[in-house]
Amino acid sequence: MTKVIVFIDHKRGVIKKATAESLSVGKNIAGQIPLVAVMFGAGAKDAVFCLSKYGVDREIVFDNKHLKNPVSLNAVKPLIAIIKQEKPDIILFPHTAAVKELLAAVSANLGISPIVDCVAIENTDGKLTCHRPVYAGKVVVSLTSNQKPTIVSIRPNIFPVIERSAKTKIEEFAFQLNATDILTTIREISGDDKKRPDLMEAKIIIAGGRGVGCAENFVVLEQLADVLGAAVGASRSVVDAEWQPQCIQIGQTGKTVAPELYIACGISGAIQHLAGIYSSKTIVAINSDPDAPIFKIADYGIIGDVKEVVPALIQELKKAKQSS
Amino acid sequence: MNIFICVKVVPDSETIIKIAPDGKTIDETNIRLAINPYDEYALEAGVQLKEKVGGEVTVISVGDENVAGVIKKCLPVGADKAIHLIAPNSRMVEPLSIARLLADEIRSHPFDIIFCGKTTIDAQNGLVGELLGSLLNIPVVSAASQFSVEGDRAVVSRDVDGTKEIVDCALPCLVTAEKGLAKPRYPSLKEIMLAKKKQIDSEPVIPGEPNLCVLGLEYPPNRPPGKIIGEGAGAAPELVRLLTEEAKVL
Repeated sequence: MTKVIVFIDHKRGVIKKATAESLSVGKNIAGQIPLVAVMFGAGAKDAVFCLSKYGVDREIVFDNKHLKNPVSLNAVKPLIAIIKQEKPDIILFPHTAAVKELLAAVSANLGISPIVDCVAIENTDGKLTCHRPVYAGKVVVSLTSNQKPTIVSIRPNIFPVIERSAKTKIEEFAFQLNATDILTTIREISGDDKKRPDLMEAKIIIAGGRGVGCAENFVVLEQLADVLGAAVGASRSVVDAEWQPQCIQIGQTGKTVAPELYIACGISGAIQHLAGIYSSKTIVAINSDPDAPIFKIADYGIIGDVKEVVPALIQELKKAKQSS
Repeated sequence: MNIFICVKVVPDSETIIKIAPDGKTIDETNIRLAINPYDEYALEAGVQLKEKVGGEVTVISVGDENVAGVIKKCLPVGADKAIHLIAPNSRMVEPLSIARLLADEIRSHPFDIIFCGKTTIDAQNGLVGELLGSLLNIPVVSAASQFSVEGDRAVVSRDVDGTKEIVDCALPCLVTAEKGLAKPRYPSLKEIMLAKKKQIDSEPVIPGEPNLCVLGLEYPPNRPPGKIIGEGAGAAPELVRLLTEEAKVL
């Protein structure tokens, strides 16, 4: 093995937590061999200080006036050119929605079968054994690739971020990207200024189900989320009833999450929902039905009405904050 | 407009998954099969587009012979015809091989837009659509929650890691459906009867040599049994104490 590349997902030069996790995995795999970060778009050059924290040996940067969304499908040509030049053994991507089209386009063009959304990786002399959940996490499959480079993506919020220092050498990649290479155009971006963390990266998630009672009652879950710096999620039935938008649904037809703390409020725990939260470190359930299936997997359960328990919890947390 | 919808027949989401004796596949005896839910949204989006601008909706699916009956269910809800590429034991065949089979077939037809589900609930790679688009050399927009055609461009709204984007691209293109892109319809009795006349073309195909090797399937480790710490608002202080001192997550 001679080289590991990590593709950097970022927003205006600020690398995402999932990227830091991928870099940490990349460094573990690389060991003494070079770890190379590939970063596109505005802010890529300034990020070198941040990348050096994760043991990156070289940063290859590329920017171009046409490349307004630097982690999208539009970046496929320069990324392929870099891979062909660098000939890495392994290419890691964070498994974020933003880079998925690019990962697939690179794979299709190079004729490589990627292994995506991995939750554990073992490295034996450069041969990776990757574990990924299937059937909403009801089972986990382990896979190896017989292709070089091996393309792997890393599920967010699973692997630890490990800081190491390194001297990162920065290199600009020369490539002619034309307006005709731009396949998709962003017309509008909104919700960028949200004060709550994204569900996929949140350390704490407060999720609500039917037991919350009505759409208006989600306000109290949001208050709890604000106290804890948490994200807010919802069960399928709540989304189907249009109390909450689809983008925060958790479970088999929503997002699979793995926070350190998951607080399920008024969620009974259908098999599809449980599968989506199974890898969470600690699960708390608040539900008025003592027979709700959620209590079977919750580390801590409180039998009671969400409308009464959650406000009491907010009070208690505020008290604890003041005294500390 | 020539509209293609890629669908996969998968074990229903209620299924209790059992690992087969070979340790590498799941036991498919007595499981209930269904159209992958995201593909249902894709199909409905395609049918609604046809109803607006005219054209033809073709459903295409790779799967073994057993799934033919489920593919048929796409016909009463608005598909005009279906193509079943028969590949035995193809449930966990790697996405690139499936995308190549689909690309080879779709290339031989005129097409303006292709819809796929954003992922499947069995292998959950969420890659076939994106790979297929790249193989066909057309733009791909994944996880659409709203979709429209404006002139010769497709316009898609989607949620990307917590931010909302509106993206457009030229036609022909491929769009993958997020839940909620379009609400699947129930077929009327009349449509069910009419669908019996619609055709399903079946054709055997052989996926390419695999690049990935499945070492095995495992169940995830069991979570320790939960405990009830109390009832009502009075249990809140104890919960905060446990989360701080025992679980150490606060």
